[in-house]
Amino acid sequence: MRQLCKGNIAVIKGALLAGCRAYYGYPITPASEIAEAAALFFPEIGGTFVQAESETASINMVYGAAAAGMRVMTASSGPGLSLMQEGISYLAGAELPCVIVDVMRAGPGLGNIAPEQSDYFAMVKGGGHGNYRNLVLAPASVQEMAELTILAFDLADKYRNPAIVLTDGYVGQMMEPLDLEYREIAAPEKPWAVKGTPETRKNFVSSIYLEADDLEAHQRRMEAKYIRAQQNETRYEQYHTENAELLVVGYGIVSRVLRSAVDEARRLGIKVGLFRPITLWPFPTEQLKLAAARTQKVFVVELSNGQMVEDVRLALNGTRPVEFYGRVGGNVPSVEELVEKIEEQSAALV
Amino acid sequence: MARELVGINAHPEASTDGYEVVHSKSEVFYPVYERKTDLKHQTHYCAGCGHGVVHKLIAEAIEELGLQDRTILVSPVGCSVFAYYYFDVGNVQVAHGRAPAAATGLHRACPDKVVIAYQGDGDLAAIGTAEIIHAANRGEKIAVFFVNNAIYGMTGGQMAPTTLVDQKSTTSPWGRRPVNEGFPLHMAEMLSSLQAPVYIERVALSDNKNIMKARRAVRKALELQRDGAGFSFVEILSPCPTIWGKDPVEAKRWVAEKMIPNFPLEVFRDHKIELPTNNAPPHKTVAELIEGKREEAAAPAPASAHHYRELGIKIAGFGGQGVLLLGQLLAEMGMREGLEVSWLPSYGPEMRSGSAHCQVWLSKEKIGSPLVSHPQVLVAMNEMSLRKFASEVAPGGIILYGRDQLPEDFTISQAQVVCIPASEIADRLGSAKVGNVVMVGALLEATECLHTTTAMKVLEAKVKNANLLELDRQALEAGRIYIDHHVAVGAVAQADGFTQ
Repeated sequence: MRQLCKGNIAVIKGALLAGCRAYYGYPITPASEIAEAAALFFPEIGGTFVQAESETASINMVYGAAAAGMRVMTASSGPGLSLMQEGISYLAGAELPCVIVDVMRAGPGLGNIAPEQSDYFAMVKGGGHGNYRNLVLAPASVQEMAELTILAFDLADKYRNPAIVLTDGYVGQMMEPLDLEYREIAAPEKPWAVKGTPETRKNFVSSIYLEADDLEAHQRRMEAKYIRAQQNETRYEQYHTENAELLVVGYGIVSRVLRSAVDEARRLGIKVGLFRPITLWPFPTEQLKLAAARTQKVFVVELSNGQMVEDVRLALNGTRPVEFYGRVGGNVPSVEELVEKIEEQSAALV
Repeated sequence: MARELVGINAHPEASTDGYEVVHSKSEVFYPVYERKTDLKHQTHYCAGCGHGVVHKLIAEAIEELGLQDRTILVSPVGCSVFAYYYFDVGNVQVAHGRAPAAATGLHRACPDKVVIAYQGDGDLAAIGTAEIIHAANRGEKIAVFFVNNAIYGMTGGQMAPTTLVDQKSTTSPWGRRPVNEGFPLHMAEMLSSLQAPVYIERVALSDNKNIMKARRAVRKALELQRDGAGFSFVEILSPCPTIWGKDPVEAKRWVAEKMIPNFPLEVFRDHKIELPTNNAPPHKTVAELIEGKREEAAAPAPASAHHYRELGIKIAGFGGQGVLLLGQLLAEMGMREGLEVSWLPSYGPEMRSGSAHCQVWLSKEKIGSPLVSHPQVLVAMNEMSLRKFASEVAPGGIILYGRDQLPEDFTISQAQVVCIPASEIADRLGSAKVGNVVMVGALLEATECLHTTTAMKVLEAKVKNANLLELDRQALEAGRIYIDHHVAVGAVAQADGFTQ
């Protein structure tokens, strides 16, 4: 049955369905409804909600709960995620699964609370110290806020790695119909967890490898799982790419505006299609190459000064020209604005 | 333990072969420290270091209390970063200063277990000050053993938050100067100002008598955890001969003569605490929380029931005028009538500074952009909103203005404007709060975009108070009648002009 639901609330509904029973967080606009929904719902099913003293504490509480084998999460926005980077590095190093939601706002510094996609580098490329990757999912609708949160828990457990749901103020704040029905979702056994039981007494959760060779071996193991994730977990969506001459690429809220712009541009006779990465890491490199190969040019739109566009360029490796258009500061381009940009890009095609 | 073995300088191989064990050690220590790279029969601590003693006291207490299979030890960053080398219990190693936060997550996940956070002075009293204070204040059921040796040992002798005035370190080379570094932090005293902790004591490893007191304190802290009593904290003044540049005997004397006068040995807190158990949340099922209330869905209207393919609506006004709720009501109605819908609010400080707006799409097809840059319908609840958004309205669109007449200097050519004194109508009904519902009634009558019966169904589901619901019903009707009576029917019939 459909319910009208806010994106941020849908995150918690997805988390509950995924079996998450612990939330540790700190309020921040535009992510606070996630903490508020967790505060309301988690205790009602015997789960844990703690409002921590900081995002630093939040992420380390997540570390503790994850070490005990719980499905656990936190959520914040840019400034809070900056504080969490320490903990994310430790979680990745200790191979602890957890879900972290970043409802992006405009930076740097305090910036403002309007939407941006400027945490891409920080979440997709790392941001904490050391060699590690985050699994990063980018929802573009309220329905996906729930569904991709569920997927994030599954992937986090599967790869024993933090998974990030990277969204923005608009997707977090907007309401849309959500169709979510109760179903059993089984979390895997975690024989490595430290639970204070005789069976788990031998277990040890840590990111320390004092000897160079040990740490290298550890990192090689992590690399191997990252390669498995790259081979198996890329997700994306294509819209009208079949006979497109121009391929536009955007994720999250931008992909929604681009979808409308593609409709409008097609009405104007422009052969344009949309490629939307759903996983930002692993990035759908191969699929983007295939989609771009049928087109003459690729046009990337972001709410940033050009972050994901670097991955697009790396993926295409010079095989297609890649143009970029970004809005920042909390400005979200209108459909008309992007249709105009698409017309310009299209007119420049030979 | 180093002191319990002989032949310490023999070859560094992974066994105790060739060594004679003089004393047995607690079974809570691993027989051989396999997690160490070499010298697996002895600890990495220096001769005369207090950590070895504290480890022994903790291990013996765990053993005596029979807690080995129930204990999780959180190792910090500092000299005791490798505590997990030695304790045969569940082990978790954490970031610098964050042990109380990680222990919080662990204990909340395993509420009947014994969780120990072992921390040094830099870890607990500098980088982790926030974490320890808040864990204590929440009354987390964990035992914290705080080894205070007034120096950073692991990193080679820098100043600690507990370094004494005039005490030299590599980062206080002339001795700690209060004018530059402030005074030593007294953590036990600070935590004693909080309500939740059940046990706080400071002990010292200065001599055997004090070590026996420390032993009792450690045991007591763990007993309290065994019994789930609350937050317990033992600060242990501890020698660091190597960094202090003293031999072990001198170092113990320094604890007695320099540290104890600065950090008095005392039981700061020892009482049971009864926490109020009010406001307990009700029990629900996951299905109830996920699916929301089972509400009667309106039968999806036939496609022909809506005279538009998509309709963009913008609603704006002062905060408190119910602008956001008005938009939600329309979106919910649209959803119940089988349409695709989206609702996007202005949010944050903008909302709190007095103005608010939201954007709603009603569509027969999947919605792309949730932004409405050229609304076909603008509901402007106040003059500011009218002036701000009127120029955005699409040609042929309609503006519903929540006052009885337009400002004298206001003109607009591309859209029709309908004035509805919504607040006054609402006032006459008995509550200015339903002004937004008056506007919904007017909007539905003027545009015929959704059905009034659906509006009542949504209100019935959302409004629990029968009197308020009746007020809403009257407000809807009053809005409808106002349009009916005051606005030329022919003019509003242009609603069909929305069709694109």
